[in-house]
Amino acid sequence: MAPDFFHYRRMRLAFFSPNHPPLFSDDAPPSFLVTMSMAAAAAAAAPAVAARASKTSIYSQETRSPLSNPNLRFPTRPSFPKYPSFSRCAPEPLFLSTSPRAAVAASSPEPLFLSTSPRAAVAASSPSPTTFHGPCYVLGDNIDTDQIIPAEHLTLVPSKPDEHRKLGSFALSGLPSAAYTVPFVPSGAASTPFPVVIAGANFGCGSSREHAPVALGAAGVLAVVAEHYARIFFRNSVSTGEMFPLESEETGIWKECTTGDIVTVDLDGIRLINHTTGKEYRLKPIGDVGPVIEAGGIFAYARKTGMIASASTA
Amino acid sequence: MASPIMAPTSSIFGEKMESGLISRFSPSISAHRCRKQALNRVLAVMAPAQPQRSPATTGSVKHAMTMTEKILARASERPQLAPGENVWVNVDVLMTHDICGPGTIGIFKREFGQNAKVWDREKIVIIPDHYIFTSDERANRNVDILRDFYMEQNIKYYYDIKDLGNFRANPDYKGVCHIALAQEGHCRPSEVLLGTDSHTCNAGAFGQFATGIGNTDAGFVMGTGKILLKIPPTMRFILDGEMPKYLLAKDLILQIIGEITVSGATYKSMEFVGSTVESLNMEERMTLCNMVIEAGGKNGVVPVDKTTLKYLEDKTTLTFEPVYSDDCARFIQEYKFDVSKLEPLVAKPHSPGNRALARECKDVKIDRVYIGSCTGGKTEDFLAAAKVFLASGKKVKVPTFLVPATQKVWMDIYGLPVPGSGGKTCSQIFEEAGCEVPASPSCAACMGGPLDTYARINERQVCVSTTNRNFPGRMGHKEGQIYLASPYTAAASALTGYVTDPREFLL
Repeated sequence: MAPDFFHYRRMRLAFFSPNHPPLFSDDAPPSFLVTMSMAAAAAAAAPAVAARASKTSIYSQETRSPLSNPNLRFPTRPSFPKYPSFSRCAPEPLFLSTSPRAAVAASSPEPLFLSTSPRAAVAASSPSPTTFHGPCYVLGDNIDTDQIIPAEHLTLVPSKPDEHRKLGSFALSGLPSAAYTVPFVPSGAASTPFPVVIAGANFGCGSSREHAPVALGAAGVLAVVAEHYARIFFRNSVSTGEMFPLESEETGIWKECTTGDIVTVDLDGIRLINHTTGKEYRLKPIGDVGPVIEAGGIFAYARKTGMIASASTA
Repeated sequence: MASPIMAPTSSIFGEKMESGLISRFSPSISAHRCRKQALNRVLAVMAPAQPQRSPATTGSVKHAMTMTEKILARASERPQLAPGENVWVNVDVLMTHDICGPGTIGIFKREFGQNAKVWDREKIVIIPDHYIFTSDERANRNVDILRDFYMEQNIKYYYDIKDLGNFRANPDYKGVCHIALAQEGHCRPSEVLLGTDSHTCNAGAFGQFATGIGNTDAGFVMGTGKILLKIPPTMRFILDGEMPKYLLAKDLILQIIGEITVSGATYKSMEFVGSTVESLNMEERMTLCNMVIEAGGKNGVVPVDKTTLKYLEDKTTLTFEPVYSDDCARFIQEYKFDVSKLEPLVAKPHSPGNRALARECKDVKIDRVYIGSCTGGKTEDFLAAAKVFLASGKKVKVPTFLVPATQKVWMDIYGLPVPGSGGKTCSQIFEEAGCEVPASPSCAACMGGPLDTYARINERQVCVSTTNRNFPGRMGHKEGQIYLASPYTAAASALTGYVTDPREFLL
């Protein structure tokens, strides 16, 4: 497949240094992200930590399906939003990484790494991710496509790189503000700090617009854990490979989670761990669409099974 | 003849091998065993080949199939299919529009090459309809993208629009894609129709498999003419009884969705049968199938009958062969409704499944009424609304927006006489009732759209609408309150300024 921005995914790593004020103090904005200059300074000041950062990050710049190749994502602005719902357990460190090695090492959580230095984006070989980790955004039942991406933004064409990015900035902007006080994409930002979305029943109901899973993926969502999905949305998520649509065994887990809880989605163990509440939930195995997702979407699967010829170059 | 005899012996050997006993035997015995196996192998090679026996000739049990299963079996060239199987299906028609067409085209070119050709230039139908009459530059650009592709690929069916100021100056332009597909003869029994729009299930009224897909799947179909589908089990809805004169198909489908919930038909096919369904005309059947997606359904089907054939008479010369569910086909669920006992319904904000009796919402003050969309903007829908206005003779109390689905519907509004009116047309009745002038045919405000879209809800208002969804922000403003209703109920509500049961005017 020709390299394409479409499959270019980036993962944010947060950088933590003991010299910095605790990220969850009441004085500083309770943000787990720091400014670029601070990060650079901290990187210089804590080489050991930096070394760990580069080791735990997967920064393949190769453009393949996002499910196999997430990349480092850089914040687009120096100032970052507040997340008052974050756990205040002092210095409960966080890391955001999809490296399986890091995930394995993180039975005790590792320090928070935020690196915006291009140095950190060293291309390293990246096996398929088996975990997604970070703060979660919690939604209820029947979140429809109009809430995921309001219709006025459908003039954006997802196959155009800049418009693909713009779609991401509008992800979940249709949610009623009264019910969802924390914006999914912070005002003025182009992406979301929440790599995992937890939802109730019938997620993605409504339209067949592919803009819906695309907006979530473009915003930076890596996985959604819902009770179950509307079929066209599920199908689109699988065909595009924009994000992993997972189902929970139990119902109502969204009621036990709060936006900002730190979670791990463990694909190998087929479970969701909420580190903030300490609870663990079983997920359903991916099922029939497994081969399609593993191949990297419907086109890759069709090529793999010989249904269509190998990609022709433009 | 030797092999069937030998087979059991070799399997016995096989079992013993697996249990590890072979290691305990002396070399001579194991040598003998090996020779015997070799003998088995030689005999197996010498055995005459068994003739291939196709299932039909053996008279093996053939499971009865439902309509949907039969349509997909034919399209995937399989004699037999069961729910749950994943099969590659041949596509008869692929439809796309201005919202998803450009994205689909982008994917098609990316995956198959900039110079790739579509799989069949006569099987793709491109219908601009969503964001047409707007000054939004991107929306206008998207129609241009469709035109460029049509010219490059020599697509047979492209219903173009260039003059946005006057829709009538565009002879090719149709309007809302699902109604255009039906009116232009692209919906045919037993075919597989896919569209980049969730309401593609509308076409199931013609006894075909029709469902909505996303850009990536559509891009794939564009290049190959095939799609990977999971066969859905079928839910059967038996609607019997005489249709009361204050009820329309919209009430029936709202009843069903309220019953099974908005995810009650997820991954399932919905089959509509019964004497009431048989009494419905094609446009009413379309309304029924149109909202299958609101219950999460994969597709909806109505069996083909005289009504279908009559409608198709002047629309297509292509041949087709209707299929019907077998008598002992297995349905995952069956629901029976006595239609004569049903009452007019609304779906309250903010879900199509939030069912309530219209008469129980009579204290809900409304700000506007919208009659339009693929669900409720067809000729029959406007005739129904006109009937209520005629029966009342009064003027509407709130702005009442009328958006015909297609050019043909627009012409019917201005041309067809309304029964019992002494020769008046819908347009005259609407004018006398004080409704807004019928607008240019398109999807318009059904799904909000660019800010300058006709009849878009831009303030916190309450609207009764003949459209298909009422999730937050559906028609524009996030706090807009949308009550989904039939054209009868919408017209009645316009006359009182409150959500109103049409029996106020129709009995």
